[in-house]
Amino acid sequence: MLDDALVHVENLRFDYGGKPVLQGINMRIPRGKVVAIMGGSGCGKTTLLRCIGGQLRPTGGKIVVDGQTVSTMNQSGIYAMRRRMGMLFQFGALFTDMSVFENVAFPLREHTDLPESLIRDLVLMKLQAVGLRGARDLMPNSLSGGMARRVALARAVALDPSLIMYDEPFTGLDPISLGVIGQLIRRLNDALGATSIMVTHDVQESLLIVDYIFFISEGKVVAEGTPDEIRHSSDPFVHQFVHAEADGPVPFHIKATPIMDDLFGGRHA
Amino acid sequence: MLNPVNLLRQLGSRMVEGIWRLGYATRFFGAVLLNSGAALRRYPLTLREIYFSGVLSLIIIMVSGLFVGLVLGLQGYEILQRYGSAEQLGTMVALSLLRELGPVVAALLFASRAGSAITAEIGLMKATEQLKAMDMMAVDPVARVVVPRFWGGVIAMPILATLFSAMGIFGGWLIGVVAIGVDDGSFWSQMQASVEFGHDVWNGLVKSFVFGAAVALIAVFEGYDSEPTAEGVSRAITRTVVTSALAILALDFVLTSFMFRGTS
Repeated sequence: MLDDALVHVENLRFDYGGKPVLQGINMRIPRGKVVAIMGGSGCGKTTLLRCIGGQLRPTGGKIVVDGQTVSTMNQSGIYAMRRRMGMLFQFGALFTDMSVFENVAFPLREHTDLPESLIRDLVLMKLQAVGLRGARDLMPNSLSGGMARRVALARAVALDPSLIMYDEPFTGLDPISLGVIGQLIRRLNDALGATSIMVTHDVQESLLIVDYIFFISEGKVVAEGTPDEIRHSSDPFVHQFVHAEADGPVPFHIKATPIMDDLFGGRHA
Repeated sequence: MLNPVNLLRQLGSRMVEGIWRLGYATRFFGAVLLNSGAALRRYPLTLREIYFSGVLSLIIIMVSGLFVGLVLGLQGYEILQRYGSAEQLGTMVALSLLRELGPVVAALLFASRAGSAITAEIGLMKATEQLKAMDMMAVDPVARVVVPRFWGGVIAMPILATLFSAMGIFGGWLIGVVAIGVDDGSFWSQMQASVEFGHDVWNGLVKSFVFGAAVALIAVFEGYDSEPTAEGVSRAITRTVVTSALAILALDFVLTSFMFRGTS
């Protein structure tokens, strides 16, 4: 049962400047699934993604991707692993000095010796998959946010990765673009036979497309389950998150002295 | 608050920070050199950067060179004719440009025109996560982005300085020979007789090569090390221009004291 998971995270800890961000995360991400990692802003979910991609070294615990331990790899090992990974950044991170076509062609040109005609065909196929074959000659600064995200998605899957990671793929998109990106994430994952990890706080969209969800709060996994289990969860944190309630286990007010003390400086007593 | 202990502490922390940054820059330079072989084999990348930092700086370099030459012609003639040696004008213009003004002024202009552009470009690529994205695609940003820009600058600088000197000599000739009426033949023949290739032209080229390396390194380092915000990038650009100018002038003194020790 252990062997069918592509990513294992065991007791992962990460400190940033002496402050613990992740405090013992355990998760296994099965092959072929789309998994969402959710939590409020600043809960450490992006840090977790960076640790899986080898951009950050964890303080403790270990991460195993496809049988290899990321935390003990050297730089060339990490680069070899990343060739089988695709990552979509929050705002796409397209190369602004290259056209849409060149952006998608970039990983192919860097990592393969394919002839130009084959690169062209591959790029056009990837762009067709995200519906932007007609935008191939545009520059990134003339794309809308949703289109840029789709180009970045085409670039992320250019080398047919076995693991695709998404950092807040829905942030700042209109409802239509949001739905399009959601559907693309699901369809590309299934068409490529890949595994996807998505860091997001968009509950409603994620519940529609993912297979499994982890909730993270204060550096720990506080709840997990399939979308159905999450929808019907009685866990107060999950309930607050899914129903977007302002107050609950995550309090509306951050810790402070009683307001009367602040306003009247103890004079009211 | 004027607390001497606090002042001392601040001074200390500034010093430590400065030394730390110098060490980081040195390691960065090491990484640039280490990645140079593989990156230079893909010469189209470097050619592109020579175009951006070299060809696009041509106008400002050539126009400035012309003006510096015009001024040298005027000032030089004014002084030389006091001693009755106006025919030495060609020598004076050529030596000033080839030894000092060509490499130094061209490098200062290069730092503000191309150096700032390099810092801005790399800084913005960092701020928009393009460098991180590249790194996640298993492409080393130092090899792919930094090294071509560094060598582009190093290669472009001596060529620009040479063009600057050539334009300056042309400007000196325009003022001296065409406008004032110094003898054309003695202008060139005196220059030919007193300018040595090894001593003057070559040393000038070595200077501009060193300045090019310094400016290019400062520019790529400041961009790569910039804080990934709009404010951070603008501060990095300022630092590039200021540090480059200081580095050029200080290096010029060091190089000059090795090259020209009053022996000729």
